Amino acid sequence: MTVQPVRSTGRVSAAPLDHIGIGIRVVSYVILIAGAFFMLLPFIWMASTACKPDAELAISPIRFFPENPSCLEVAGRLYEQSPNFNRYLLNSFLVTAARTIGQLITCSLAAYGFARYKFPGRSLLFALSLGLLIVPFQAILIPEFILIKGLGLRNTFGALIIPGVFSAFALFLLRQAFMQIPIDLEEAAEIDGANPLQILWRITIPLSIPAIAAFAVITIQAAWNDFLFPLVVANTTDTRVVTIGIALLQGQRDTPYNLIMMGSLIATLPMLALFVMLQRYFIEGVAQSGLRR
Amino acid sequence: MSAILNIFGRTPLARRKAFWGLALIAPNTIGLFIFFGIPVLVAFGLSFFEWNGIKPPEFAGLDNFGRILRDPLFGRALANTLKLALIVIPLNMGLALGAAVLLNQRLRFRNVFRTIYFLPVVTSTVAASVVWTWVFQPGLGLIGIVPGLGSMQWLTRPELVLIPIAAVTVWQRIGFDMILFLAGLQNVPRVLHEAAVIDGANGRQRFFHVTLPMLSPITFLVLTLNFISVFQIFDQVFIMTQRTTPGGVSGSATTLTYLLYQTGFVRSEFGYASAIALALFIIVLFITVVQLRLQRRWVFYESEAG
Repeated sequence: MTVQPVRSTGRVSAAPLDHIGIGIRVVSYVILIAGAFFMLLPFIWMASTACKPDAELAISPIRFFPENPSCLEVAGRLYEQSPNFNRYLLNSFLVTAARTIGQLITCSLAAYGFARYKFPGRSLLFALSLGLLIVPFQAILIPEFILIKGLGLRNTFGALIIPGVFSAFALFLLRQAFMQIPIDLEEAAEIDGANPLQILWRITIPLSIPAIAAFAVITIQAAWNDFLFPLVVANTTDTRVVTIGIALLQGQRDTPYNLIMMGSLIATLPMLALFVMLQRYFIEGVAQSGLRR
Repeated sequence: MSAILNIFGRTPLARRKAFWGLALIAPNTIGLFIFFGIPVLVAFGLSFFEWNGIKPPEFAGLDNFGRILRDPLFGRALANTLKLALIVIPLNMGLALGAAVLLNQRLRFRNVFRTIYFLPVVTSTVAASVVWTWVFQPGLGLIGIVPGLGSMQWLTRPELVLIPIAAVTVWQRIGFDMILFLAGLQNVPRVLHEAAVIDGANGRQRFFHVTLPMLSPITFLVLTLNFISVFQIFDQVFIMTQRTTPGGVSGSATTLTYLLYQTGFVRSEFGYASAIALALFIIVLFITVVQLRLQRRWVFYESEAG
């Protein structure tokens, strides 16, 4: 009874929902701006400290912006204190790229297999793969370390990359995406004589780009920011990733905080830039990773 | 021979497809088995041994589990982790839900706010913890702009040290949960709001009687994910206490995962560390199972209401 007029006069019913009173609008903005300020404050504090000369670190009252900005000088001293810092950045970059590309390959193959092919043990193998999602990585840290050591991979890039190439989560996400593609397209290509790899590469993957982008940014971010596992399996100058580089810098008690902040800033900027460019996919990826788990 | 082949399918085409399927899943499945499946089994087995990584492992029966129950440091780590959960989860979920509700309105610049709130999520926990260590530096840190807080020994006083750790955790988590809540809010059927308006409900009544109930499945999910992530807190503790007393003065900042790391990789007690890991896993599993059971109830509730 009451629903009928709502549907017929959509605009009238929409008004009380969509119209926001001026009072609520003002309060909302005040809260949102205050919130944004708190979220940004640590970033501002990081950047401003990174540009302060030593003398300004211990000034009270606290100064938000350096009186004599000396970003380059601080950066120069960061590289004196930690001569391999660029090496750590490069290592992070290599590990992140290898893990993301590797995961894309193994997981899109597997996702395609699980999505489109019938074979004995399919449900069981899929269930077992997904079952691994329940296990927190910390819980298998010790056997993982023993395994890496046993395989002779300790303190090599293999330790940082190889376990990160396989993923139950990416398998799940990509399978979901592949199953939404109309099967007719793939069948048509099959009749034309394409083999499964060609179909995957030419049809399925191109049609799943948004899902793959969401998965890729999440993987990139996780790989770049990883700390505990690299700390345990690869902690030498040649293989150290940048998060360990920052931890080392901070662990030396005489390192002044402007150098540490400069290091953090340099390590954080690539991720912030990536996020601002691809935020649609980041947010999509988070919503999926949380909701579908 | 043909009987064996029949497992893979009755026709040659079906068999060919089955072989392709197995070939496609092989790399990831084998990799998962070697690098995750085997470690899960080993983790379980190792907790019944005593092993320092050098001498051969010695079977210890249930000794490691008995030690967990007696070890004051384990008790402290569990208590610290629960305390962190108590501080972090309500604060974080309240703020994230608030932000999501505000950003679910038709406001200008809502995407800008959403971006800003999400920035800490993409920052590494290591970098974030380094920054917040500096924020809480007695006498020098940003915390000093609040009168009275600047001179407190945040990172070295056992009764204070969990506060900076909780602060960085919440700061890094709000954006993540906000996105989940936003997705949930957008799934609330519009019809329900319209019906409530017709029944004369005001905005606040609609929030408490339409939005919140419809949001409960998401709220449960967020709660579970939060619990699990609190039990994994490590980077914050490592970074924020390494310059003074690693793990906090008399273990005051030691969480379960940090204790696991220290036991395994600083003291090389692999067997005992594995028992701690198993305890951690059981706790996380318990939380997940409870959530799944409760969620089943919620799904039922939802279908009844809708």
